[in-house]
Amino acid sequence: MTAPITAASLALDGGVLAAEDAAPEAAFVPSRGFWGHVGHRLVRDPVAMAAGAVILLVVLIALLAPWITPMDPYKGSMLRRLKHVGDATYWLGSDELGRDMISRLMLGSRLSLFIGVTPVLIAFVIGSGIGILAGYVGGWTNTILMRTIDVFFAFPSVLLAIALSGALGAGIFNSIVSLTCVFVPQIARVAESVTTGIRRRDYIDAAKLSGASALTIMRVQVLGNVVGPIFVYSTSLISVSMILASGLSFLGLGVRPPEPEWGLMLNTLRTAIYVNPVVAALPGVCIFIVSIAFNLFSDGLRAAMEIRQ
Amino acid sequence: MLLYTLKRLVYATPVAFGVSVVCFLLVHLAPGDPLSAILPADATQATIDEMRAAYGFDKPLPVQYLIWLWHVLHGDLGISIATGRPVLGEVSRAVVNSLILASVATVIGFTFGTLFGFVAGYHRNSLADRAASALSVFGVSVPHYWLGMVLVIVFSATLGWLPPTGAGPDGSGNWRPDFDHLRYLILPAVTMSVIPMGIIARTVRALVADILSQDFVEALRAKGMDERGVFKHVVRNAAPTALAIMGLQLGYLLGGSILVETVFAWPGTGFLLNAAIFQRDLPLLQGSILVLAMFFVLLNLLVDVMQTALDPRIERA
Amino acid sequence: MSVIPDAPDPFARDRGGPAQPLLSVSGLIKHFPVRKAGGKKQVVRAVDGVDFDVLKGETLGIVGESGCGKSTTAKLLMGLIERDSGTMLYDGQAIGERAMPWRAYRRQVQMVFQDSYASLNPRMTVEQSIAFGPKVNGVPGREAVERARALLARVGLEPKRFAGRYPHEISGGQRQRVNIARSLALEPRLVLLDEAVSALDKSVEAQVLNLLLDLKAEFGLTYIFISHDLNVVRFISDRVMVMYLGRVAEIGPSDTVLDAPAHPYTEALLASMPSLDPDNRTQAALLQGDPPNPIDPPSGCRFHPRCALAEGVCAGKEPPLDAIRPLHRVACLARQPGSGHSAAPAEALAA
Repeated sequence: MTAPITAASLALDGGVLAAEDAAPEAAFVPSRGFWGHVGHRLVRDPVAMAAGAVILLVVLIALLAPWITPMDPYKGSMLRRLKHVGDATYWLGSDELGRDMISRLMLGSRLSLFIGVTPVLIAFVIGSGIGILAGYVGGWTNTILMRTIDVFFAFPSVLLAIALSGALGAGIFNSIVSLTCVFVPQIARVAESVTTGIRRRDYIDAAKLSGASALTIMRVQVLGNVVGPIFVYSTSLISVSMILASGLSFLGLGVRPPEPEWGLMLNTLRTAIYVNPVVAALPGVCIFIVSIAFNLFSDGLRAAMEIRQ
Repeated sequence: MLLYTLKRLVYATPVAFGVSVVCFLLVHLAPGDPLSAILPADATQATIDEMRAAYGFDKPLPVQYLIWLWHVLHGDLGISIATGRPVLGEVSRAVVNSLILASVATVIGFTFGTLFGFVAGYHRNSLADRAASALSVFGVSVPHYWLGMVLVIVFSATLGWLPPTGAGPDGSGNWRPDFDHLRYLILPAVTMSVIPMGIIARTVRALVADILSQDFVEALRAKGMDERGVFKHVVRNAAPTALAIMGLQLGYLLGGSILVETVFAWPGTGFLLNAAIFQRDLPLLQGSILVLAMFFVLLNLLVDVMQTALDPRIERA
Repeated sequence: MSVIPDAPDPFARDRGGPAQPLLSVSGLIKHFPVRKAGGKKQVVRAVDGVDFDVLKGETLGIVGESGCGKSTTAKLLMGLIERDSGTMLYDGQAIGERAMPWRAYRRQVQMVFQDSYASLNPRMTVEQSIAFGPKVNGVPGREAVERARALLARVGLEPKRFAGRYPHEISGGQRQRVNIARSLALEPRLVLLDEAVSALDKSVEAQVLNLLLDLKAEFGLTYIFISHDLNVVRFISDRVMVMYLGRVAEIGPSDTVLDAPAHPYTEALLASMPSLDPDNRTQAALLQGDPPNPIDPPSGCRFHPRCALAEGVCAGKEPPLDAIRPLHRVACLARQPGSGHSAAPAEALAA
């Protein structure tokens, strides 16, 4: 028989205890917290920072647009139509109605950003709610909710967006509604899978043992752990949303003229591609730049959020 | 395997039903009477009532749905208001064109995507890898209809090499695989291929990098297997997922081609949908959405079954 | 004595007196359905009729191999999964009934899990995790945090350094101390330790075991200690229960069971432990036959296919858990008088 563990053999208690406690750094560094760590890592990622700077710049322009446009975005002149880039008065040219492109693009950023970002924000709230509930409660609630979501997944997102927009009619509000309907299922599905992954972990069991109600556990213990991944996924949807939203305007289903919006501008400038191709392509360049910026930032955010053990 | 296929089929049926309900309701979502699109503004009340009865709009909604569903299951998708021809015929013709475009685009996207993905996965963190990553970010960030416009500007308006719009030299509604028609296919297909290319490149890169980092690859090399042999193993492991993604992308392109088809006036379902929306041609709208969505459901099912068939790790119970 | 100076004495919550078992389990059954290809419904008989008592102030060790049902029993005791049938009495009152609803029960019984990292919410600080239980039960926030800090100090972690830390920033042994502190936050009388020290290094394990003994003495706790390590169980337990394939094989005082085992399975378990004595090497495993399948357990005595003492009668009759001495019960026909087994004693052994 092996020697039983005696109290004597455990007398090294005091010494080993002290050694173990001394193992972490001698000086006490205050803990940063989860988002602190994420921010810390994100700041050291040059690509993500550059992308973030671009986004910030565009947002600033969008906010200040009514005051900083060099010329009136609505005022056109049939004499000065379709001036080329590099023109003395119109640095980035003028559109088919003689309006200054710089001003139109700047003001257009407002609506383009708005109808691009808003659906994702709303879908984030609604989709997370549905997904977390389904993921945590499980059982029949989960099945019913997720099968319903699956029906919407049976449509390719572009088709759904256009079909809904087509049915509801043109306009900013309708575009936002139809895009939200496209994104809610996607976010809900991610939320459900993340929450289901967490639901079985021991610390949720431990929380149940403390007598907390399901709602309290969801709010205090689950939410903090699932919001991160869902949020990152949602940011990756913003670029898709912007492209879809401007696509809707391109088809005539979103913003209506004379409001400037990048997708709409692409539509109205289409006829000018033979005469002034560069100006005709400019609004698309803007969409492209913002879309890439959001994608790169989202990638950087995801990389920063991986917990290292 | 057969059992699994049947199970998936059964599982897909309620989804298909749900899809049909959504398609049906879409039309009734619109504010106002569906009739208002059909009738002139000064129609008399008698005419309105007559039309309402003729179209069956006077019945309660669930009954209307069942009548519509009954017709659909017998192959009758209604009559197009704009052209007066059966919807099914219009949609079938358009679907063929869209399928051609989507398939070619998917093949192009898949070929180049896997190529870039493999290169990037094998040579991680090299210049090739960075280039491939840049390409995939490009692919998913670019507004594809804008890209189409740019390509038209470059290759049509400026260089004049390729035609800007249409599917054939005579403006015909059908595309035939002969040389004349091929020129019309190039620009739209290349435009559409960019999205799946980006996604597939990214996925394949991750797959290949993951497989190469696994222990069994090291074991193979230690046993003296040459790189060609290892490559075959990598392909076999990556194939199920890669093919699944390709299938899904095909479905996505089929349903999401509307924007590109509008730019190029390609006579596919997207183009048809566009026309239906603006003409408020509700039967056509309903019919085309239904067909497209069903294609997507079917495609998802096929991809699912194929992936299970190819990947021995997935449980077939 | 309690962490809070003027808190009620835990012994004051005693209802039935020292003779009444704190926890009394009988006929506990839990089967898990298993889906198999072909449609035939089968069940995993994880816990298949378990009876035992936990006496006040003792440490009951539960041992057995993987798959014997130890962890499932723990989860059933805590109510994390619902039992199929069987009664569970806490201090004489049926758990889950009106006199002892689950909520009240959970204020008296707590659990420490095996995986120290998975049992702590990675997004909450150590002190937030410990304070969660009290807060949820009505203790004001400030006080809950004070209590958390006092508990941290009591388990040997300096609050100033550890209170604001996250689980991934501290070591495994420290995390397990945090788990122990958390289990004490609601001032329970019974603590279930499910393989609580199994994942720790040996030296750390020793410290944590010592800590557990100290806490037990100080707060008047009762422990159920689940482990697969017989040495640790011997060190910490007063009584030991050996489980096999969802049933109890043997239960009795730890010295008796581990020095003079009555059940052949216990004997085999003990003999298969590697020996450090070069003159007394472990030669061959005493266990023969295939490892058990909880879906389709053998008929009669579940151990009979692997038992050196097995006879025909063993396959026919499931041996009841009968006392062969006071406080020592065995489920083996070879030890029970009049069972029909050739080795059975003529009458019950003297104490």
